[in-house]
Amino acid sequence: MNTLTEAFLQSFQLIITLDETLVEVVLLSLSVTFKAVSLACLIGFPLGTALAVLKFPGQKTLVVLFNSFMGLPPVVVGLVVYLILSANGPLGPLGLLYTPTAMIIAQTILVTPIIVAHSRQIIVLLAEEYDETLRSMQASRMDIMGTLLWDSRFSLFTTVLAGLGRAFSEVGAVMIVGGNINHFTRIMTTAIALQTARGDLALALGLGIILLVLTISINALAYGLKTTWEKHSYA
Amino acid sequence: MTKILTGWVGLVFLLLCTPVHSSDEYILLQSTTSTQNSGLYEFLLPHFEDGHGVKVKVVAVGTGQALYNGSRCNGDIVIVHSPADEREFVEAGYGIDPHNLMYNRFVIVGPSSDPAGIGKIETLREAFAKLSKGPAPFVSRGDDSGTHKKELSLWNKYEISTTGDWYYEVGSGMGATLNITVGLEGYTMTDLGTWLSFANKTNHVILYENGSELFNQYGIIMVNPDHCPNVNSEPAREFLNWIVSPMGQQLIAQYKIDGEQLFYPNASPKRYK
Amino acid sequence: MPKAKILDLNDFSEQKKQQASIICSSLSFQRGEKEILSDISTTFPKTGISVIMGPNGAGKSVLLRTIIGLLKPDSGYVILNPEFARKTALVFQRPVLIRRTVYGNLHHALGIAGVPRRQRRSRIEELIAIGGLTGLENLPARSLSGGEQQRLQMVRALSSNPKLILLDEPSASLDPQSTHAIEEIIKSTSDKNVKLVLVTHDIGQAKRLADDVTFIHKGKILEQNSSPDYFNSPSTPEVKSYLEGDLLV
Repeated sequence: MNTLTEAFLQSFQLIITLDETLVEVVLLSLSVTFKAVSLACLIGFPLGTALAVLKFPGQKTLVVLFNSFMGLPPVVVGLVVYLILSANGPLGPLGLLYTPTAMIIAQTILVTPIIVAHSRQIIVLLAEEYDETLRSMQASRMDIMGTLLWDSRFSLFTTVLAGLGRAFSEVGAVMIVGGNINHFTRIMTTAIALQTARGDLALALGLGIILLVLTISINALAYGLKTTWEKHSYA
Repeated sequence: MTKILTGWVGLVFLLLCTPVHSSDEYILLQSTTSTQNSGLYEFLLPHFEDGHGVKVKVVAVGTGQALYNGSRCNGDIVIVHSPADEREFVEAGYGIDPHNLMYNRFVIVGPSSDPAGIGKIETLREAFAKLSKGPAPFVSRGDDSGTHKKELSLWNKYEISTTGDWYYEVGSGMGATLNITVGLEGYTMTDLGTWLSFANKTNHVILYENGSELFNQYGIIMVNPDHCPNVNSEPAREFLNWIVSPMGQQLIAQYKIDGEQLFYPNASPKRYK
Repeated sequence: MPKAKILDLNDFSEQKKQQASIICSSLSFQRGEKEILSDISTTFPKTGISVIMGPNGAGKSVLLRTIIGLLKPDSGYVILNPEFARKTALVFQRPVLIRRTVYGNLHHALGIAGVPRRQRRSRIEELIAIGGLTGLENLPARSLSGGEQQRLQMVRALSSNPKLILLDEPSASLDPQSTHAIEEIIKSTSDKNVKLVLVTHDIGQAKRLADDVTFIHKGKILEQNSSPDYFNSPSTPEVKSYLEGDLLV
């Protein structure tokens, strides 16, 4: 039997038997990813909006920086977070290295630039359209940013999905700061890396198929939610 | 405005703090990959955890990385296989109580067709000489791991230059290196444990495994609590005492894949002068 | 008839300053090489409907935007009478409604105007009635017809209870019926002691609404007069020909 067929059978078997380890790994993957992306949104949306609306010295530099940071190599981010959280590093006393929190921090750093850059781009367009109207209403900067964010929410959805995609499939950074510890910091991608190292390509690929199915499900769910939400609140 | 800010800070905090830190006492073991990839820990650790109420969390990286992590206090105990580096680690004040733990051997694996013809060779020197003629690629870890260092020391010892298009330095872990070797139909040197548990052998087999020169000694060292006040030294010592005890040693000897024993216990304290 | 003098601030008596809602002093505005406003100094009275007329490109819209602060003049300044300052609203020729429902647009505007949440609903109902938008509350604002959108923009401008509303050709792209509806809102608003400044091309509309008229041509004020005088005895050849419909830019 070739590896691909075997991979499909393996993934199928893992899913229908609801393999306990698999469930654990999937749940941790989802939890780390969702928390990291939520954090990245909490940071990235206001920042992206501010970069779109406010003019201040260094604003253009920041825009260029965030655009470039979208391509940050995960391994580099992992190393930096490792050094910061390391026991004798600046945040060592918090004891966060090799915990899910460390993984969340690393992924937040990876995803935030994506959210900032994309949301800025989306909001700049709407800001142009709303600019005179909002200013003629004597809206404060906070009012303006709030209005733009809220009215861009459907377009920003895609931004969130891009962030989810990056976080969910990322392995380099979480491997370093999470340590791929069984039952504790092992997630889908690091489990795949481990099975590859063990030469169990069918299982690795099987997990990969499950990862893909999950990604598709999340996207489909998000798309469905977006469509219903949009329908109920009018564009 | 303040309301929004408070909510924002609260949410950030909540998202960062929700992962439940298990209240169980645990120690962090920085380990070489072969012991994890071979499945030894999955077999061994539950025996210790059940009896002592201490969990062992394993971070498996190369020997070089494991020692580095230990020197930065990110771990309570290390299991590695590079005696020279272990000595350096202890002498630099990063580790205490070094012990020999167990051994097995390195082997040379290659395609069963054996284009370099090392299968019937008696000495390792000759085998390496044949490999350097380059009928098929030789794949080197190139990652500063215990295995890599051992391999380099052998080329050195036999005074064979590794510059040439037959020598591939891949900078990867043992598993990835084996995957590459299989893909290239090449040769590589691997520890026995990783090889036996490796599931993607295809047509590759062990071609050379004789000789004391391919001896592979594993060691265990506690991270020095004087250097790293944060280490969990009591349970780490408990683990060390257990694994070098007859009980732990016997369990190591019991671990087999396809009827073949992977690690041979030989615990003894190490004294560096 | 002497040609109308171009005024500057010193020409205004203290009394006139007291009576003014808006004082423009030596306003100049350039866009590239082109001078859009050229040293405009004038006042607008505190009450009634002031109409600004003039051919395309005369600088009317720029003047409105400068008055409300959307554009900064290259030189000169605008002073709003403290009674009116920060109680202004602007109605654009093409309404930019935000991407929400009719109700949502008004709710949003009331929020920005600082109206407490629980008072908004009743206020919105009033505004919907004024705009003749009953029944359309829950439709996306941008799905309304041109006339409805303009009425919504009008009542949105009213939501903050402004004392001064500037209108930039609010009915320029509407049919007669919709124009009529807008004019009715303008009149009823004016009746509530709100000062209005209206830019329009529509001579009939100016006649129907204006209390005083300012005529701008090539960035300069050529005439400023009470409505009857302006229409019955224009003092410049430009205004004459404009009223006859053949002023060429």
